[in-house]
Amino acid sequence: MMLAQAAPAPVHHFPWLTVVTFAPLAGAVVAAVLPSSALNLHRLWALLVTLITLGLALATLSAYSSGAAGFQLVDRAVWVKSLNFNYILGVDGISLFMVLLTAFLMPAAILVSWRIERQAKYYLIAFLVLESAMIGSFLALDLLLFFLFFEALLFPMYLIIGGWGSERRVYAAVKFFLFTMAGSAFLLVAILFLYFRAGSQLGHSTFDFTELQRLSLPIATARWLFLAFFVAFAVKVPLFPLHTWLPDAHTEAPTAGSLILAAVLLKIGAYGLIRFNLGLFPEASLHFRSFVSILALIGIVYGAVVALIQTDIKRLVAYSSVSHLGFVVLGTFAFTVQGLSGGVLQMVNHGLSTGALFLLVGMLYERTHTRDLGQMGGLALTMPVLAGVFLFVALSSIGLPGLNGFVGEFLVLLGTFVVTKVYAVIAVTAVVLAAVYMLWAYQRAMHGALSVPDHGLLPDLNLREYAILVPIMAGILFIGVFPKPLLSKIEPAVRQTLVCVSPAQSQMVVTSCPRVTGSPAFDIARRP
Amino acid sequence: MNILAPFIPAIPLAGAAVLLLTGPRWRDRSAGWLASAAVAVAFGLAVTVFGTLVSRPVTLRLSHVSLFEWIGVGSFRVDIAFRVDPLSTVMALTVTGVGAMIHLYAVDYMRGDPRYARFFAYMNLFVFFMLVLVLADNYLLLYVGWEGVGLCSYLLIGFWFERKTAADAAKKAFVTTRIGDSALLIGLIFMWSRFGSLDFDRVLPHAHALANGTATVMAMLLFAGAVGKSAQLPLHVWLPDAMEGPTPVSALIHAATMVTAGVYLVVRSHQIFEASGVALTIVAVVGLVTAIYAGLSAIGQDDIKRMLAYSTISQLGFMFFGAGMGAYSAAIFLLVAHAFFKAVLFLGAGSVMHALPDEETDMTRMGGLRRAMPLTAVTWVVGWLAMAGIPPLSGFFAKDQVVAAASQAGRIGLWYAALFGALLTALYETRGTFLTFFGEPRHRGHPHDPPSLMRTALVSLAVGAALAGVLGLSATSGLLPKFLTPVVGPTKEAVAGPSELVLSIISVAVALVGILTAWLVYLSGRIDWMALRVRFASAKRTFQRGFYVNDFYSGAIVGPAKLAAAFVAYVVDRRVVDGTLTGIGRLVSSSAGAARRAQTGLVRTYAVGILLGATAVLGYLVVRS
Repeated sequence: MMLAQAAPAPVHHFPWLTVVTFAPLAGAVVAAVLPSSALNLHRLWALLVTLITLGLALATLSAYSSGAAGFQLVDRAVWVKSLNFNYILGVDGISLFMVLLTAFLMPAAILVSWRIERQAKYYLIAFLVLESAMIGSFLALDLLLFFLFFEALLFPMYLIIGGWGSERRVYAAVKFFLFTMAGSAFLLVAILFLYFRAGSQLGHSTFDFTELQRLSLPIATARWLFLAFFVAFAVKVPLFPLHTWLPDAHTEAPTAGSLILAAVLLKIGAYGLIRFNLGLFPEASLHFRSFVSILALIGIVYGAVVALIQTDIKRLVAYSSVSHLGFVVLGTFAFTVQGLSGGVLQMVNHGLSTGALFLLVGMLYERTHTRDLGQMGGLALTMPVLAGVFLFVALSSIGLPGLNGFVGEFLVLLGTFVVTKVYAVIAVTAVVLAAVYMLWAYQRAMHGALSVPDHGLLPDLNLREYAILVPIMAGILFIGVFPKPLLSKIEPAVRQTLVCVSPAQSQMVVTSCPRVTGSPAFDIARRP
Repeated sequence: MNILAPFIPAIPLAGAAVLLLTGPRWRDRSAGWLASAAVAVAFGLAVTVFGTLVSRPVTLRLSHVSLFEWIGVGSFRVDIAFRVDPLSTVMALTVTGVGAMIHLYAVDYMRGDPRYARFFAYMNLFVFFMLVLVLADNYLLLYVGWEGVGLCSYLLIGFWFERKTAADAAKKAFVTTRIGDSALLIGLIFMWSRFGSLDFDRVLPHAHALANGTATVMAMLLFAGAVGKSAQLPLHVWLPDAMEGPTPVSALIHAATMVTAGVYLVVRSHQIFEASGVALTIVAVVGLVTAIYAGLSAIGQDDIKRMLAYSTISQLGFMFFGAGMGAYSAAIFLLVAHAFFKAVLFLGAGSVMHALPDEETDMTRMGGLRRAMPLTAVTWVVGWLAMAGIPPLSGFFAKDQVVAAASQAGRIGLWYAALFGALLTALYETRGTFLTFFGEPRHRGHPHDPPSLMRTALVSLAVGAALAGVLGLSATSGLLPKFLTPVVGPTKEAVAGPSELVLSIISVAVALVGILTAWLVYLSGRIDWMALRVRFASAKRTFQRGFYVNDFYSGAIVGPAKLAAAFVAYVVDRRVVDGTLTGIGRLVSSSAGAARRAQTGLVRTYAVGILLGATAVLGYLVVRS
C-alpha cells in the first residue's frame, strides 16, 4: 500500500521543472534580439534550445524517483499573496512522459522546418514559446497557472497555422482558435467557481489543485463543473462531435505545426481529462462514464470510417488521430489500472507514430508538392527508404505487436473489456479498419507504377531527415519491445489518479477525496 | 540446452536485420546465401534442442526460457518467454527445415531481382515471426508471431508492388487475416479475464473448469483467428490471390509458415475446445466444408499456382477436420507431411514457370513437361502421389489417419464426407499433374530443369515428402503420436467402425478412383477434355471462381462499405456535424453583431474580448480581496 498523497515535496532541490518549462521561452527571448536576416543562426539557435530543453527533460527524468506516487520535484512560489495565486509546478508519472514527449519531438519540429525562409525568425520564436506553454500546461498544479499556459498555447499555434500554412490557412487557424477558445470559456468559469468555492469552504480562496481536491461540492454542481472542464478538453482531444476543426487545422498547418498539434496539443486535452476531470470530480467522472465512453467509441469507429475514403493524406492522418485519441479516452474512462495506463502510454505512442506520419507526409509534400494520394503512386520505387520508414510508422500506428502502438492499444482494450465487454468489442473493429485505411493510403502513395513520371527523379531521405526520423523510430521500437521503463512510472501515477474514482483498482489508502453532497439535480447519463 | 531456444528465432531475426540495414551492398547471391545460412543454423539449433528433449524422460519434456517481462500493469503480466515441448519443437523443426530448403531454392530463383537482398530479409523475418509463434510460452507472444507473419505475408505477396494486382493481393491478405486476428485478440483478453494469465501453463490445465458456454465463446474467438490465418471458409479469399508473390514466397506461406498457424493454435489450445463440447465439432465441420469447397474449386483452376492455393485451403481443412475429431497428432502429422509435399509442388510449379516463357502459369498451355524437365517431374510426382494419399508416401499415412478418425469416432456421415474430400484431392491433384507434365506438349519455348541449387531443394523436399510417413506409421503407436502425447494426450481409441487396415484400404481405393477418373478424362485420350470444358462451361466457371465467394464480398460488402464511408465523410461529417458546429458559431457571432466582419477581424475581436473579460474578472478579484 502506498500513501495516496505524497509528503510535501522537499523544499531544497534544484528547480528542474521551472528550468525545463522556461528554457525555451528564455531561448525565444534571446532569439528576439538576434537579427532577422541571420537565418541559419536562428535555425541553429532554435535547434540548440530545443536540444538543451530535451537534455533538461532527461535530467528531470533521472531526478524523478520511479515507483513513488504523488507529485515530485514540486516548485512552489507565492505569486500574488493577497489573492493566494500560487506558482506550483509538479510532475508525476503521467506528466513526466508528456514533457519528455514534447521535448523529444521539438528538435524534430525545428529540423523539419529548416527550409522555411519567410519570417523564419518569428516562426521559430513561435515554436519556442509554444514549447514553454506546452510543458507548463503539463506541469502546472495550480489551476490559474494551468489556464494561463493552456491559453498561451493558442496564440503561437494560431500564428503558425495562419502564418505559415497552406492555401486555406486563415480559415483553419480561425476555426482552430474559435473552437478552442469556446471551450476555454467554460473552463475559466469553472476554475473561478472552484476558486471562490474554496474561499467559502476552506477559508481561503485557492487555485491549488491538490487543495481543491479536498472540496466538497453539491452533487449537481460537481457534475456541471465536470461538464465545463470536459467541453474544454474534449475540443482539444478532440472527441466526437467536437473534432471538426482538427482535419482543417492539420491539413493547412505547416509540417512542424501538424507534428506538434497531433503529438502534443491533442494530448493536453486528454491530459486535462485525466488530471482535472478525474482528479477534481471523481463522482461525476463515474456518473458520466458511459456518456464519455460512448463518445470515445463513436470517435474510434467514426474517425476510422471517415479516414477510409480520404484522398488528402494529411486529412487521412488527421481522422486517424480522432480514432486513436478515442482509444485514449476509452481507456481513461474504464477506470482500471490497465485501461488508464494504456491510455497514457497510447498518448505517447500516438505522439510518436502520428507525429512521424505527419513528418513523412511533409517530406513527401516537399518533394511532390501534393497531398493528394491520387497524384502520388509508385514512390517506393524512387524513395525506398522513405517508403520503408513510412510503412514502419504506419504499422506502429495500426498496432502491430512488437511496435509501440500495440502495447497501449492492448492495455486499453484489456482494461475496457474487464469493465464493459461490448465497448472493447466495438473498439476492436478499429483495429481492422486502421489496417484498411493505412495500407490503402500506403498503397496509393508508394505502390504501383509511377503515376507522375517526374517523380522518378525525386531524392530519397537526406541526412537531416534521417536525423529527424531515426530517433522516433528507435522510440517506436523501444516502447514496443520494452515498455517497462515507461509503464513502471506510469502505473503509480495512474493508481494515484484512480484513488478516488476507483479505489479498488487503485489499491491505495484513500486519504482525501472530493466529496459530493445532496442528490443529483439532473441526470444526463445513467451511472454504470 | 534450453537456453538455445531463444536463439532459434533470434538468428533469422539477425539475418533479416543485417540484410535490411545493409541492403544493396550484398553482391550477387551472397544475400541469399546469408539468409539461407541463418535459417539452416536455426534448423541446427532446433535439432539440438529436439535432441536434448528426446534424451529426457517423457514426463520431463518441457522447459521454459523467460527473457524479460514484456508488459506488466497491475495484475496483468506477460513475459517474452519461450517454450520447449514436443509440439513446439516439431513445429520449429518443420518451419526451419522446410524453410531452409525454400530459402536455398530462392537463392537461384530470385537471382537478378533488383530487390534481391530485401527479399531475403523479408523471408528471414517471416521465419523469425513463425518461430516466435510456435515457440512462444504464452498467448500474447504467440500473437506477436501471429501478426508478424501477417506482416511478412503482406511484404512478400506485395514484393513486386509495381504490379497493382500484387499490391492489392498483399493488402487483401493482411486485412482479411486481421479480421480473424481482431477476434483472436478479444479472445485473449477474454481468456485473461477468466484465468488471470496468458501463460499456456496457467490457462490450459484449468480450461476444463470453464463453463461450457464460456469455453465455447473463447474457443470460437480463437478459432476465428485460425480461420483467418489458415484461410478457411469464410475468410479464405486472400490465399488464392496470394499467388501474386514470388513462388518461393507461396511455398513458404503454404508449407512452412503462416497458414499452418491456425492448426497449431487449435491443437495447442485443445483443452479449451474440449471444455466447450461443441467447439470441436464446429472446427471439424468448418474444416470439412472448406476441404470439399476448396477441392471442388481446385478442379476448376487452370492456373497452376491457384490450383495449388485451393489445394492448400483444402488440405488445411483436413487438418482442422482431424483436430476437430480430436485426432490432434494426426492433424500435426498431416501438417508436417503437407509442409513437405506442398513445398515440393510449389517449388516444382516455380521451376515450371521459370522454364517457360513469360512465367507461364496456365496449365492448359503446358503438357508433356516430364520429357523436358525430368527431375522436376519426378519430384512433382512424389509430391502428387503423397498428396493424393498413395502408400507408402507420407500423405497416405497422415490423411488416412485424419479421415479414419471420423470413422473411429463413430461419426459415419462426417467420414463419408471426408472420403469425398479425399477423392477430390486425388482428382484435382492428378488433373494438375497430367495437364502439366503428361500428355502432348502445348507449351511454348524450350523448357529445362532448373539449376543445381533449385534441384537440390526439390530433391531434398521430395525425399522428405516420401519418407515423412515413418513418423506416423500408426496413429496410436507411431513416432510422432507418441512424441506428442505429453502435449495433446494419447490418441483416442477407436470406438466404432472397421479396423485400421480396412480403413486404409478404403482410403487407398478412394485415392485410386480419383486418380483413375482424372486419367480417364485428361490422359487416356478417350475423352476430349477441351470439349468437356466448353460443354460444362458454367460449372467450370463456378468452380474456377471459387463459387463466387470473392465476387460476393466485393459486391455485397466492399462496395456498399465504401459508399457508406463516403456518406459519413462527406455528408455526416462535413455537412451535419461541422455544419452544425460552425452554424452555432455563426449564430453566436452574428448575435454579437460581428457578422459582417472578416474572419481575421473576428478572431482579433474575440481575443480582445477574452482578454478584457479575463482582466475584468481578475480586477474584480483584486478589488474584492
